[in-house]
Amino acid sequence: MAVCIAVIAKENYPLYIRSVPTENELKFHYTVHTSLDVVDEKISAMGKALVDQRELYLGLLYPTEDYKVYGYVTNSKVKFVMVVDSSNTALRDNEIRSMFRKLHNSYTDIMCNPFYNPGDRIQSRAFDTMVNSMMMQVC
Amino acid sequence: DPSDSLDFPVELCCRPWRSADRVPISFKVLPGDHEYPKCRTKRTSYEWYIPKGILKTGWMNKHLNLVPALVVVFYELDWDEPQWKEKQLECATRVEIVRQSLQGRNTKVAVVLIQKKTPLPPGEDVIASERAAALCNACDLSGKSLFVLPHTDHLVGYIIRLENAFYEHAQTYYYTEIRRVKSHKEFLNKTTHQLLFVRHQFKIAFFSELKQDTQNALKNYRTAYNLVHELRAHETNMLEIKTMAGFINYKICRLCFQHNTPLDAIAQFRKHIDLCKKKIGSAELAFEHAAWMSKQFQAFGDLFDEAIKLGLTAIQTQNPGFYYQQAAYYAQERKQLASVLCNHDSSVTYPNPDPLETQTGVLDFYGQRPWRQGILSFDLSDPEKEKMGILSLQLKEKNVLHSELIITLLSNAVAQFKKYKCPRMKSHLMVQMGEEYYYAKDYAKALKLLDYVMCEYRSEGWWTLLTSILTTALKCSYLMAQLKNYITYSLELLGRASTLKEDQKSRIEKNLIKVLMNESPDPEPDCDSAAVKASQKLWADRVSLAGSNIFTIEVQDFIPFVQCKAKFLAPSFHVDVPVQFDVYLRADCPHPIRFSKLCISFSNQDYNQYCVVEEETMCLVPGKTRKFSFKFVAKTEDVGKKIEITSVDLILGSESGRSLQAARSFKRRPKLPDNEVHWDTLTIQASTMIISRVPNISVQLRHEPPALTNEMYCLIVTVQSHEETVAKDVKLTAGLKPGQDANLTQKTQVTLHGTDACDDSFPALLPDIPVGDLQPGEKLEKPIYIRCGTVGARMFLFYISYLINTVVEGKEILCRCHRDETVTIDTVFPFDVTVKFVSTKLEHLDRVFADIPFLLMTDILSASPWPLTIVTSQLQLSASMTPVDQLESYVENVVLQTGESASECFCLRCPPVTNASGVATGCYIISWKRSSPVESVPVVNTVITLPHVIVESIPLHVSADLPSFGRVRESLPVRYHLQNKTNLVQDVEVSVEPSDAFMFSGLKQIRLRILPGTQQEMLYNFYPLMAGYQQLPSLHVNLMRFPNFTNQLLRRFIPTHIFVKVRL
Repeated sequence: MAVCIAVIAKENYPLYIRSVPTENELKFHYTVHTSLDVVDEKISAMGKALVDQRELYLGLLYPTEDYKVYGYVTNSKVKFVMVVDSSNTALRDNEIRSMFRKLHNSYTDIMCNPFYNPGDRIQSRAFDTMVNSMMMQVC
Repeated sequence: DPSDSLDFPVELCCRPWRSADRVPISFKVLPGDHEYPKCRTKRTSYEWYIPKGILKTGWMNKHLNLVPALVVVFYELDWDEPQWKEKQLECATRVEIVRQSLQGRNTKVAVVLIQKKTPLPPGEDVIASERAAALCNACDLSGKSLFVLPHTDHLVGYIIRLENAFYEHAQTYYYTEIRRVKSHKEFLNKTTHQLLFVRHQFKIAFFSELKQDTQNALKNYRTAYNLVHELRAHETNMLEIKTMAGFINYKICRLCFQHNTPLDAIAQFRKHIDLCKKKIGSAELAFEHAAWMSKQFQAFGDLFDEAIKLGLTAIQTQNPGFYYQQAAYYAQERKQLASVLCNHDSSVTYPNPDPLETQTGVLDFYGQRPWRQGILSFDLSDPEKEKMGILSLQLKEKNVLHSELIITLLSNAVAQFKKYKCPRMKSHLMVQMGEEYYYAKDYAKALKLLDYVMCEYRSEGWWTLLTSILTTALKCSYLMAQLKNYITYSLELLGRASTLKEDQKSRIEKNLIKVLMNESPDPEPDCDSAAVKASQKLWADRVSLAGSNIFTIEVQDFIPFVQCKAKFLAPSFHVDVPVQFDVYLRADCPHPIRFSKLCISFSNQDYNQYCVVEEETMCLVPGKTRKFSFKFVAKTEDVGKKIEITSVDLILGSESGRSLQAARSFKRRPKLPDNEVHWDTLTIQASTMIISRVPNISVQLRHEPPALTNEMYCLIVTVQSHEETVAKDVKLTAGLKPGQDANLTQKTQVTLHGTDACDDSFPALLPDIPVGDLQPGEKLEKPIYIRCGTVGARMFLFYISYLINTVVEGKEILCRCHRDETVTIDTVFPFDVTVKFVSTKLEHLDRVFADIPFLLMTDILSASPWPLTIVTSQLQLSASMTPVDQLESYVENVVLQTGESASECFCLRCPPVTNASGVATGCYIISWKRSSPVESVPVVNTVITLPHVIVESIPLHVSADLPSFGRVRESLPVRYHLQNKTNLVQDVEVSVEPSDAFMFSGLKQIRLRILPGTQQEMLYNFYPLMAGYQQLPSLHVNLMRFPNFTNQLLRRFIPTHIFVKVRL
């Protein structure tokens, strides 16, 4: 389960950031922001590959002492970043992938909403619920 | 400094002593009677031995610097030394002294004889070998331990050879040392000698390293590392275990990097950290653990960085920066723990006697507490002493400059991330550095760093992060009483990008208003109270200080709390109407804000004075958009120019207090509708064009298209003024519109004078033809003549400009108006001319015969839609052509309508030529004009170059003289001339074939001979029998020499038929 989930616009500003309430929210903002260095690098390395063969899942961006940061980029260059507790070894790559896929689907639903302006911060109850379901449950 | 005890000892971190091209030996020059460390007596049993710690602090130094692997005695002695015996004895004595000192050690001894003479090749010097053997014997040396160093030319070569020999001896020494330590193993038991297992393993590895056997060193260090973690750990020996684990881990990582297996190094380090992370030890000294962790990361970062400098490649996600960063985090944790654990009252004094003091001033074993060295029991025998020890450590920790340590580590990390393309990571670390400087009360440095990275977060739109940075920056500027920064950060924290809560914004706004009123602001929350006191004094000084109280703050680079949009009502304005624009302002702050002045700056600063609003009570209510409308008259000089709003200045505060000028520059922006407007729908139109006044004249063009090539095409421009006042200085520009094909410019000429044909020197465009003044209603006509040299379409421009006085907003201005007309005129060929050659019998000729007359026929077909008058035509023959009769024009003054044609025919002759390819004929000149009622139209001469013609010679020319017609039964005399055109005598056979329509008399068949250049006549009398167009009796000529001369060719020259009339 994730401790922080973020959606980042093509221009690299945050569209949505949600983290577990027990921890310092600012720290996660910085973690997500710094992970964009790796995302940028991975995207530019991928640029040469054919568009339709592109893998959206970027894998582990970088490990810190306490967290693992994973990335995912849509074809429209919207990025999803997920921070997972390092101690959570039960989470496999496949599960991370499927979590990202779920996020992507939910994001697509938002984009289909005629009242949503692409580029605006995401304020959607459905998206919140979905993100909540993927977040670490704090009792 | 307690951090010292955590630093790795120098002996652990030192490197091979010499450069790579020499063997790694450490030399020390010692006197012959030097005392080496005493060797303890060999233990015969470990049964009753209980070790007091893992590794003695002096051990590494002893084996690196004090106990040699090899002692070399240098002695000056030549083989032919006369007093050999004495010298040999002295040498042996010296060796013996050294041996005595090394009693019990395995250190090797060697002797080097320094000699002045070059030695002979081995085996040749008999004395040398004898004496060498004797010396070895005397000194109790093996032959391998005696060396000779001739002090001659090749000193370096000898030295290198000696070094290599010494190196071998040294390696042997360490090999035996390893064996010696290994041999202890069998005496050890696992219960009491756990510590010795680690110690011995470490020693083996360390000796292997000295032996330069890095593979075995690594293997043994790894074993030692595992053994350390097998030790029974307790709070009392935790530090010792961690210290040793740290040492061994350092060695392993360094060897892995050295073996170019960085992944092994990283894996070992990770394992090390995972194993030790939770081994905190004493809770009261938890900061010590954090310091130790920080040290581990820093040391690994250093090793990693060092390996990179030696050629290892690091990547974005695996570089030393991460380790420095983590080291910094642990340093921060240390600081935090210290602030909690070392929070003693100032009355607590440092214990006396100092529990950290030891008898020797150093520890006996690495990682032990000074107040209970060598005590292995896990129970604390003296809890009071323990308490004092901990207290002294805590008090020492209090004096550590944590921020300095943190900042150093962070800046190390920044330097790394800069290298590995991590700009955001770098910014993040710089923020942390700034915050650390803030905690260390170095506000100037903090502000410098924070200000530097702020824009990165602003440009990427991370408002939460930006707000956090701004909040710290605001505190710094408050504490330093930096007015301008304080205002700038306040402005942005009040803006819509700030994620602060309303109450915070409200507090900041109140402070800002205070500052603008020249009062001290309230302190920022959570600031150090001493610093606040100092800053309050600074602020008070500021307030009492008068003078430069106007601050101009450029706000386009950040997001202030007043938003501004400006919009010209139209993208362009005519110069005779006032320019209008609106400025919209909107505040995002929690409270209404007053401002005293609003001024607008333009690209042309002359307009600035017209656009200033200065009122005492201008107020912006949060969330409401306020509109200010402006109007001014543009200057006539600015016609055709762009006017741009360069900035909108809003002045907060008043002249009396402190004022703040917020300048908003315009780049490209959006525009909008009315009154209660929706802010987001407002688009900015920051620039407008000033365009000239709409002209009030009409321009008409009268002409008859299309134009004909090369004619003087007449076009009449009619200008009529509809102005109410006089139009002055009217000017006409006429001609080819610029910007078309460059060739057209050369093939088009324009003139005002149509009477004379113009030549190529005339211009294609006549600019600014003065026409004078035009009274209201006056009409003016101007004929323009155009000559087009090539066919095709051309655009012509007619541009009339004039000056007129007009009044705008009560202001009289003199403006220039203009109107232009363009017209596209097609140019066509006036006529097509075809030329053909025919024989005198009007038969088509593809070639002509020398000296035989032929006809040139011209045909002028009018292609002009307008009637053409051919004034005259003229044939200009080339020198090789001669006219047969007078050349005169048959088409003079002929008028051709469209599609009509006029033909002429000229009889020519061509003398024989040698040129086979053709003969120039000459040219045909047609003088023509439009049949227009205008008399003055000049005549155009069109020259047509006539085609070349192939001229061929024939051997015999036959011509006939005969009347143009005959009558039935009336004699018809016919004379044939046979002319020899060659230089040969020709045999000719002539025969006449009868025709049904004629009887004839004369020679029916004859053979004759014609001399060169002469002619023969044949006379016949034909007698027509029938009326009508009748075939004549045909003449056949046969040339013996020219079988090609056929009767067909003959038919070309002589008539075959004649018209026979009925007899009257």
